Amino acid sequence: MCTLEKRGNIFFLTFTGDGDDQHRLNPTLISSIRSALSEARSQSTPGTVLITLAQGKFFSNGFDLLWARSASGGCPSKAVDLLRHMVKLFKDVASDFISLPMPTIAAVTGHAAAAGLLLAMSHDYVLMRRDRGVLYMSEIDLGMTLPDYFTALIRSKVAKPESRRDLLLRGMRVKAEEAVAKGLIDSAHDSGEKAVEAAVRLGEELTKRKWDGEVYAEIRKSLYPEICGVLGLTSKSVVKARL
Amino acid sequence: MCTLEKRGNIFYLTFTGDGADQHRLNPTLIASIRSALSEAKSQSTPGTVLITLAQGKFFSNGFDLLWARSASGGSPSKAVDLLRHMVELFKDVVADLISLPMPTIAAVTGHAAAAGLLLAMSHDYVLMRRDRGVLYMSEIDMGMTLPDYFTALIRSKVAKPESRRDLLLRGVRVKAEEAVAKGLIDSAHDSGEKAVEAAVRLGEELTKRKWDGEVYAEIRKSLYPEICGVLGLTGKSVVKARL
Repeated sequence: MCTLEKRGNIFFLTFTGDGDDQHRLNPTLISSIRSALSEARSQSTPGTVLITLAQGKFFSNGFDLLWARSASGGCPSKAVDLLRHMVKLFKDVASDFISLPMPTIAAVTGHAAAAGLLLAMSHDYVLMRRDRGVLYMSEIDLGMTLPDYFTALIRSKVAKPESRRDLLLRGMRVKAEEAVAKGLIDSAHDSGEKAVEAAVRLGEELTKRKWDGEVYAEIRKSLYPEICGVLGLTSKSVVKARL
Repeated sequence: MCTLEKRGNIFYLTFTGDGADQHRLNPTLIASIRSALSEAKSQSTPGTVLITLAQGKFFSNGFDLLWARSASGGSPSKAVDLLRHMVELFKDVVADLISLPMPTIAAVTGHAAAAGLLLAMSHDYVLMRRDRGVLYMSEIDMGMTLPDYFTALIRSKVAKPESRRDLLLRGVRVKAEEAVAKGLIDSAHDSGEKAVEAAVRLGEELTKRKWDGEVYAEIRKSLYPEICGVLGLTGKSVVKARL
């Protein structure tokens, strides 16, 4: 499942090893993530930062299609319903991240595919290990279209049209170095531990700025009006400065 | 304050003052700038160009918060009202520049922060000195969100999502070389004088094209539909060519 831990000003959201090591996003894990984000939000103070990481070979392999299949009792249309259900539930996770009142850093410590890649890209900063793991939007190969908020996020965060095409229409599996070149992530690091260390260093730098969380979240939302439109998030004007 | 001078086909809009003058955008300077732009617009002929530059260490340090504070008589909410007033007034300056019937070049001869950076980026071309001065969106550090037309302009003129994030959400102070790499400005020059000289050389090249000002302005607006939407500017179809 996932745990939330606070060390100093940094929250660590970790997808833990017990259970599914692919950290598939089923209703249980989604609910667990939302709980953790809600907890972090309630403890937000100027300077708090969130880092998300995972144990094992995977960061997250996306929606739990195995669960959908088994819970459907052998009925394909029921399985599709369950998938759509997870798509809806996960939309709230994306909203939580886009409106979280603190900087967010994803340390991609393993494979991130489909909704798992979206999860990473919902963060302000994405750091990844270069020695293992790929980013992969599997939908084209699986034979399914993407939810509207997926494409809105990718369009808003990935600048190059050819990168978006390669990701969505070509189903490329992208390692960290190439992901940096394609503008999918911020930086590549020698190992999982090094990626996490770099995330912590970045977090510690950001912490020092003591940004007001509400202002931070509102400025973030104003950077992504298309994503906010699809998620139903509105932004407002805030002045916390002592003028 | 500011002066408008015409030499040949080039208008020079100069923020004047001693070396320490921050050319803060208060209602007086804003009115002065609008006057100057109105004058330039009325004297527009095919081939006229506008170059904006400043004297001293600053290009412009943004809205005049000192003035807001002192004019508020110690009332913080009154100070916020005065800030919002400047935000409204400055929106017209941006509209003036986006609809100005001639090419516009900013020679960033010193620090440009917040509204001062917006002012520079409202020009078609931005040249900057590399030896001194930084670009900086201070709002995140000050604890305030950005006006809608600020984010619209930045989203339309800065292509890389990570550059926009670094500018608005990370509050980076960017020197000219890095600003070019991030896609914030066009070019970096060895000194303030060299930046102005390069602006003049560019102006002289553009002058030779003898562009129709009305057509120029309409094409510019058509490049920036999002900014125009927020500013309430409409575009129209114009054919001046003798077909």
